[in-house]
This record gives sequence, structure tokens and C-alpha cells, in this order.
Amino acid sequence: MEAVWDFLRHVHDAYGVNLVHFYDGFERGRMLRGMWTTLQLATLCILLSVVIGIVGAWVQGSRSRLLRAVVQGYIQFFRNTPPLVQMYFFYFALGPMMPRVENEYGIPQPILGSFEWAMLSLSFFAGAFNVEIFRSGVEAVQKATVEAAESLGFSRWQIYREVVLPLAVRVCLPALNNNLVNLAKTTTQAYAIAVPETLFVASQIWSDRINVFEMMVTLLTFYLLLVGAFVWLMGRLERALRVPGFGK
Amino acid sequence: MRGFLKTILAAAIGAAFATGPALADPMAEIKKKGVLVVGVKTDYPPWGTRDASGNIVGMEADMAADVAKRLGVKLELVSVVSSNRMQFLQQGKIDLMIATMSDTPERRKVVGIIDPVYYASGVAILANKRAAIKNAGDLKGKPVCALQGAFYNNDLQSKYTGRDLVAFKGVPEAEQALLDGRCVGFVYDDVVLVWKKAQEAKWGDFEIVQLNEWQPVPWGLAVRIEDLNGPWGKFMSDTVGDWLKSGALLDLEKKWVGGNTAWLSEATAKAKK
Repeated sequence: MEAVWDFLRHVHDAYGVNLVHFYDGFERGRMLRGMWTTLQLATLCILLSVVIGIVGAWVQGSRSRLLRAVVQGYIQFFRNTPPLVQMYFFYFALGPMMPRVENEYGIPQPILGSFEWAMLSLSFFAGAFNVEIFRSGVEAVQKATVEAAESLGFSRWQIYREVVLPLAVRVCLPALNNNLVNLAKTTTQAYAIAVPETLFVASQIWSDRINVFEMMVTLLTFYLLLVGAFVWLMGRLERALRVPGFGK
Repeated sequence: MRGFLKTILAAAIGAAFATGPALADPMAEIKKKGVLVVGVKTDYPPWGTRDASGNIVGMEADMAADVAKRLGVKLELVSVVSSNRMQFLQQGKIDLMIATMSDTPERRKVVGIIDPVYYASGVAILANKRAAIKNAGDLKGKPVCALQGAFYNNDLQSKYTGRDLVAFKGVPEAEQALLDGRCVGFVYDDVVLVWKKAQEAKWGDFEIVQLNEWQPVPWGLAVRIEDLNGPWGKFMSDTVGDWLKSGALLDLEKKWVGGNTAWLSEATAKAKK
């Protein structure tokens, strides 16, 4: 491995292409930690936002008007405000109001940190869209199918879980993919509240080392690979879930 | 006709070469005019800013006023910004520049930076008193707020904190995060921190700890490079030396910044010896 780093050092000296975030141990370490943080943030947000979407779409079909109104309010709030503004709002306006715990340095610190707020705000943001995406799937399920399940004595939750949702997921998967890909890319906004993810670390490196071009290319490649891998996974899921003849 | 063209051409060439002040002694010229023109900043409180009625005020404006007093002439302040301050001096629009300019070898090739330098900004941390930070070594493993892109960030992380900084785009965000208890301190230019702490009551539970791990960057005032070794440059050099020796700069800093920085206190002590 050392030989590779030496070669990259040579590339810097000879051609002026500075890939310091590979050959320098300190920069490589924080770059990898940044990528790992992005991966964690994206994975957690995707899972949480899908859960929000599934539960939200179920509540939308609830008999209680109050519950339906709550979900509607949630969607309007998160869909109609920019995700960056939401993140600032959560971290700087809501965050300090949270209960504080004295940390190891003797300073009372709000219980949720920047990573947690980024995760929550991004999940709620994407979740609002997911509710609508799942609703589109739910509404595509034939009424007759639901009535058949009702006549067999299924409860409302059972019908949603066993009959409606499995069909709805297959209908809305392409739209869901789109939104989740967007979500994975929006994790870069966590940069604004000092979550040390990939863009945050990259900008630290390029302001220290003035290798802006090289960092931009690295960033673009990283997100291309990350989102590419995710799209490939979702494509496999879509094929695995295919019901022969359904939707034709 | 040809003779006429020649005359115009000669006049034009003559004019092109004649521009730029070719004064042997700008100090005599200033005294003759009765006005000293000084370029100061108006976008950098408390060193140079405008008061409610639009007058240029600040620590550097006061310094300029003292120079005019010593010369026995009237003072005219001209607002300059970082990107045009050296050009204003070169073009003769100002006689003297006192504009928070860092002293660098590149700049010394362009303008005449007066020795001794009058000020310097170093790096300090505005730290929560509970964290009991005494020096950069105490920052190990602790969350530290910073500004994205600051020149000391890399050293701060690789040598001292050993963990990612809590770095924001702007000063207000970093301050808010510090107040919210999300970091033990905010690392920034010491002179600005001293000023903020003196200005704002919300920093009562915080203290400024100088981080001597980073050398202070001196600020120099400047004359045109060709005047540096002439009487005008000599006069300004003596003036700055006197400001340091008499403690006048410490008084001005106390008045405008609200406290004294470590660098200026030391420079004053050294000058008095």
C-alpha cells in the first residue's frame, strides 16, 4: 500500500495533481471517517423515512379525522419547507430547548447532537414524500381486493399489512426509489450543522490544501458510486418482488 | 500636418511618463497642503467603522488622527477595502494606509510596510469556563467549534483535538453552538474574540485563552514603497515606536477593543525596555 501512496506523492510533485486525501495518513483517515458517516446517515435516514412513509400512509386511511389531519399537517410542513432550513431550525431553534445533560467536560449539552438532528430532519423531510408515495400505491390497490379481505374477517391493520401494503409497495417502488436516491444525496446538507460527513471533510481538506479540483472529482465519484450501488440494490429488490402478471 | 501629429504624440508620451507623484519628500508636501490623507477601513469594527452619523471612527482612525496632530495638519480619512488599499497608496490617493493589513513578504514588495509593526492578531479560544482549558494541549478529544476554512483548522485537529472539529460556515453559527453547549470553545482570531467578549454580556461564563501554538500575524501600516527609507517613512517608524513605548496603543486598544491582547502587551513591554 505504501508504494501506492508514494506513487501518488510522486504524481503530486511531478504533475501537480494533489491527491493528498489518499496518500496522507491524517487526511485519508478523516476522509474515510467522513464517508463512513455519510453511509451511516444515508442508511438510517432511508430506513426511518420508509417506516414513516408506511405508517403515515396507513394513518391517512384511518377513520379518525384528527389523525388524518395530523398526518396532513406533517406532510404540508415538511414538504413545503426547504430541507436546509428545517435542519437549521431543528439544530439551532429546537435543539437548545431539549433537556440538557452535563457532559464529561462539565458543560450542560442538549441531548441530541448534530448527527441525530440531521438524521431526524432528513428522515422527516423524505418521510413526508414517502407518505404520499405509499398513498399512491395504496390507492392503486383494487377495492374488490380489500373487500374480499374484509369479508374474510381481516382487521384493518391486518388488511393493510398482509394485503394492501405488499401490493402497494410493488406499485410505488419506482417512485420510492427516486425519493430515496434524492435523500441519499441530500445528506450533504448536514454539512451546514457541522456533521463531519463527506462534503464537510472534503471542504476542510480543500481549504487547507488548496486542491479544490481534485476534491471535487473525488466527491463526485464517491456520490456516483454510492448512489449507483443503492440504485442497483433497489433494482434487484424490484425484480425480486415482481409478481408475474401483476400490473399488466 | 506631420509636425502637428508629432507634437501631440510627444505630449501624450510625455504625459504617460509624467503620471505618478515624483515627490522627493511627501512629508513636506503634506505640510504644504495642510492635509494628511489616510486610508482606513470602514468594514472592520472596532478598528475601522462608521458611527451613526457616517463619520469614520475606530482604533485606526484614532491613530491616523494622532499622526495628523503630530504633523500639525488637518486629517482626511478615506475608506479603503482589502482589495484596493495597496493600489490607493500606489496611486497617491492616500499618503498613509492604516487598514488592518497583515504583514507578508509579498506585500513588502509592493508597499512600504513600516517597522515596527503596530499590532498583530493571533489565535485564541473563547472557552467555557467549566471546561478549564489552559492551552491547546487541553483540547485533546474535546469538541471544538471553529470556522470552516480557517488556516489553523488542520493543525488544531491533527495535533490537538484528534477529532473532527465542529466547524460552521459563519461566526454566528459557531457562537450559537458554543452557547448551546455543543463544544468546549470557539477557536478564532484573538483580537475579534477579545472585542466580542468585552461587547456582549452573554460571554460571562466564558474566558479567552491565548493559543500560543500559533504565531501572531503582525499588522503593518504602510507608505509608498519609494518613501519607506525617506523622511516620511522614518517619521512614521518613529511615530509607531513612540506609540508602543508610551503605551498609547494599549490605551487605544482598551478604548476600542475593550481589552488588551497578549501580543500588544508584550510588544509594549519590549519597547519600554
